[in-house]
Amino acid sequence: MDLKLATIDLGLIAPEIIIAAVAMLILLLGNVVRRRTILAYFGLFGLVAALLTALPRWGNPASGFYGMVQADNFAIFFKIIFIIAAGLTILMARRYLISHEIESPEFYALLLFSAVGMMVMAATSDLVVIFLGLEIMSVPLYVMAAFARHDVSSNEAGIKYFIMGAFASGILIYGIALVYGATGTTDLRRILADWGFFEMHSQLFLYSGAILVLIGFGFKVAAVPFHMWVPDVYQGAPTPVTAFFSVAPKAAGFAALLRIFTYGFADMSQLWAILWILAVLTMTVGNILAIFQDNIKRMLAYSSIAHAGYILVALTAGGDGAVSSAAYYLLAYTFFNLGAFAVITLIDTRNSSTAQIDEMQGLSGRHPFLAAVLALFMFALAGFPPTAGFMGKFYIFSEAIKNGYIGLAIIGVMNSFVSVYYYLRVVVVSFFARPNKEFEAVSYTPAIFIVLVITAAGTLILGILPGYWLSLARAGIFQFL
Amino acid sequence: MSYYLLLIPLFPLLGFLINGLLLGKLNKKIVSIVACGAVGLSFLWGLKLFFNLLALPADSRIIEEIAFTWIPSGEFNVNVGFLFDPLSAVMVLVVSGVGFLIHLYSIGYMHDDSGYGRYFTYLNLFIFSMLTLVLANNYLLMFVGWEGVGLCSYLLIGFWFEKQTAADAGKKAFIVNRIGDFGFLLGLFIIFWSTGSLNFITVFDKAPQVFAMGAGLITAATLLLFLGATGKSAQIPLYVWLPDAMEGPTPVSALIHAATMVTAGVYMIARSHVLFLMAPTTLMVVAIVGVATALFAATIALTQNDIKRVLAYSTISQLGYMFVACGVAAFSAGIFHLMTHAFFKALLFLGAGSVIHSLSGQQDMRFMGGLKRHMPTTFWTFLVATLAIAGIPGLSGFFSKDEILWKSFSSDYGSIWIWAIGLFTAMLTAFYMFRLLFLTFYGGERMDHHAKEHLHESPKIMTVPLTILGVLAIVGGYIGIPHILGGGNNFEKFLEPVMGNVQHGGEEAMVMASSGQNGGTELMLMGISVVLILASIYLAYVLYVKNIALAGKIRQSLSGLHKILYGKYYVDELYGAVIIRPLIGLSLFLWKIVDVILIDGLLNGLATIIGDISKIMRPVQSGLLRRYTTVFLLGVVLILGYFVFR
Repeated sequence: MDLKLATIDLGLIAPEIIIAAVAMLILLLGNVVRRRTILAYFGLFGLVAALLTALPRWGNPASGFYGMVQADNFAIFFKIIFIIAAGLTILMARRYLISHEIESPEFYALLLFSAVGMMVMAATSDLVVIFLGLEIMSVPLYVMAAFARHDVSSNEAGIKYFIMGAFASGILIYGIALVYGATGTTDLRRILADWGFFEMHSQLFLYSGAILVLIGFGFKVAAVPFHMWVPDVYQGAPTPVTAFFSVAPKAAGFAALLRIFTYGFADMSQLWAILWILAVLTMTVGNILAIFQDNIKRMLAYSSIAHAGYILVALTAGGDGAVSSAAYYLLAYTFFNLGAFAVITLIDTRNSSTAQIDEMQGLSGRHPFLAAVLALFMFALAGFPPTAGFMGKFYIFSEAIKNGYIGLAIIGVMNSFVSVYYYLRVVVVSFFARPNKEFEAVSYTPAIFIVLVITAAGTLILGILPGYWLSLARAGIFQFL
Repeated sequence: MSYYLLLIPLFPLLGFLINGLLLGKLNKKIVSIVACGAVGLSFLWGLKLFFNLLALPADSRIIEEIAFTWIPSGEFNVNVGFLFDPLSAVMVLVVSGVGFLIHLYSIGYMHDDSGYGRYFTYLNLFIFSMLTLVLANNYLLMFVGWEGVGLCSYLLIGFWFEKQTAADAGKKAFIVNRIGDFGFLLGLFIIFWSTGSLNFITVFDKAPQVFAMGAGLITAATLLLFLGATGKSAQIPLYVWLPDAMEGPTPVSALIHAATMVTAGVYMIARSHVLFLMAPTTLMVVAIVGVATALFAATIALTQNDIKRVLAYSTISQLGYMFVACGVAAFSAGIFHLMTHAFFKALLFLGAGSVIHSLSGQQDMRFMGGLKRHMPTTFWTFLVATLAIAGIPGLSGFFSKDEILWKSFSSDYGSIWIWAIGLFTAMLTAFYMFRLLFLTFYGGERMDHHAKEHLHESPKIMTVPLTILGVLAIVGGYIGIPHILGGGNNFEKFLEPVMGNVQHGGEEAMVMASSGQNGGTELMLMGISVVLILASIYLAYVLYVKNIALAGKIRQSLSGLHKILYGKYYVDELYGAVIIRPLIGLSLFLWKIVDVILIDGLLNGLATIIGDISKIMRPVQSGLLRRYTTVFLLGVVLILGYFVFR
């Protein structure tokens, strides 16, 4: 069978097709297959198959569908992140879903549909297609947030996320419309090429449009002041869903931001000051509010805002080096943040759990391995060597300094110092606090154990041996098509 | 062709990971097989590569392999890469070979210890770090190994950490080494700053262009490197940690604090000889510090009663010899002595361990004696090692020590004074070593009844390594027989591609020797030293076997001197008064005033401010959707407004 029809090369979107097909099959098979395990593993199988079709394209970028699809290294790199995040989420979610009696095939299907949306977002340089991907990604996420339908706070999370998300989508599409009005195209490559031909009054439209686009994605990546939904949604959503939220949509949002603002809108120098302010606000507000949280999910919600701030530093710095440092950071962050959430998911499988930080008392005595990896992830989040968190921050801040943003780098480093406090608090509580009562034991499943091992290994390998991964990032990932 | 140099350090790393991750889950047998097997495999692979190296023509015996890029960061690129040339080949074989034997020995020695698994885990980590140190192709990776061995040394000195003295000794070693490491690091900064690289080959290529001969910068860099070496290799002024390091298990003393780690400083200087040769002042300092340490430590060793302490001071003294060799630019002689010393000093420590084992932990020689009958293998191997370190012709120590003495006399950088002090130290060495031998193995049995019944020869797993090391202590020197005695000085020739022809070794010496120039002098000096050494052995025999009362009488008539020597020149007390006490005072000031009042006050104030800000901001997060959208919209308006009205 010949898949190539004129400029329509289905091979370019094979990963998306595979995952979407698997997701639909899961919905259908859910009617007949009684054993959910099979469906979960079928979903994993789809992700692996998609990964295997995506990897061979590394190094031969191609464009198709009349320029609507870009299968370049940048897209592949982010697809890998989405696949890792989705796969690990499936592995860690099952046990939690069962113990909370909310497991159903739709969960896996929604997760996969959402991943497809992210992949579309990363693999195009057309604003309309990016918006399409964003919506494919977001709608399943709204449902997943409310997946614990008997739980009021989960419902609240879903509703809030949906309304705020719709609000942000409106602003985004308005921005895209303004850009189109000013330039006559939604193709970033054309905008870049024609830069300089736009007249003064269309420049105002263009800039206004660009700012609205920035705000639209700023919502998705949880940049301050568009972050208000984050704590409520993260706390209310089922824990594995929160884990996925904290990593994958953020990476997708940044994939779009990086492609739009360091490529298509690369010449809009007047935007840089705005990015600077957003980065500083996001880092600072996220960190300061995280300090006083007693709920660990809420604390990690604010922490994820702060991390978005660090990546915004890279976006502000601009340039190839900064883009690769942001991508490197997102890959590293995927490992250690998902790892941290995997530990919390495991603890949360007990129905009595309230996810308070104090609940970690006595963890190290009861589950030394769990306490050790949790400490590792906290150290990584705080940016200690030899973890991936340190290397990631190091590269971002050094790129910022290289591009003349010394003040921004200093603010970033000071923010990291502040963050040490609340991350280490978790470590201190789980290792040194004298427990009031015995830590209620949890039982591992092999799947969660695998997640912990993979995320811990990723955190350490990216931290101790960053050379290979970074040279991968440098050696032409980010030649956009 | 790929040589897979990576495998050499990889095996012990795997051993460390297996034993470390499964600590307490494996039985002793598996732990020993994994640990010893890992080091054994390293040795075999090193041996194979050694023969590969020999098959190459002498000039191209440099194998450099980059395993992967470790830190790429702008101009600062560091690879994890390995360099295998004659120098590192010697080091790899010594480290893994002697290391393997000591691993075997440890199976017997540590058999009843509750920390068996932990012990072998540390030991494998040590071998991994040491092999990384000697195989690294750049200073930074070498520094990683350098710090790694320091860490292992700390962990193993304090292995029995329930004992206060052991824990203290570990800390002391670590802190003293920090001072040296700091110097080393500063030296590296200068090197990187001037040459733009830390890779050995690049640095040595560029050095002649960026440094002027004897200039201040290169002198400073090499002096700082040497400061690092004095820490690790226990030279004046940083030697104080090594005697205390004897608190660790005896095989550790043999492996780390005699045969391998403490020689890292010598290796580092030999590796950097290109730099040192450009700084004659540094070379002079190295030679003087070396010879002073040799003499100083030897005099202390004369009076000590603890069998391991005598050996510890002897190690310091012998390391002094190696630095003398480096200081007179006879680097291959230094490495030669490093190798032979590894054999006989490891043997001495293991023999001492065997004695201690048999006496259930007794280390004081005043409660030993007459062990010759009870422990024949230990005795005979110990005798061989003693003869070797004393420098009796025909054994390894003779060749290497004499090479150093001759070079310190004949080299352009040498002087008759260095030679004379070196020779005097050699006499002292022979004396205190035979004192130790006689007190331990001869004379009456001075231990108590209980211990006497318990006397036994050590098990096979301990005596076999002793025997192998005994053979090496004899034949190890034959690869470096000087021309004057009809040998080929093959060792020096083997190292020549690395060291160059700096001290007129090799061909030139052969010509000189055959023409009779200098040859007579060399033979004469050799003769003098042999006669003097034999005389001091005889003196030891008279004092400690034939006429023991005389020794006591001498001690009494020289009681003042004896007290100083026995008190180790009170250097520890001096350091305590001059450095440590003021430091504690300063620390108290920094703690009570600067830290508590100034810094904490500032930080607490800052924390209160952040807390207040947080309190103000929290009500905004009310959970009300309408408030969220308001904030959102406010953000949009502000940003757009900023842009429009800027």
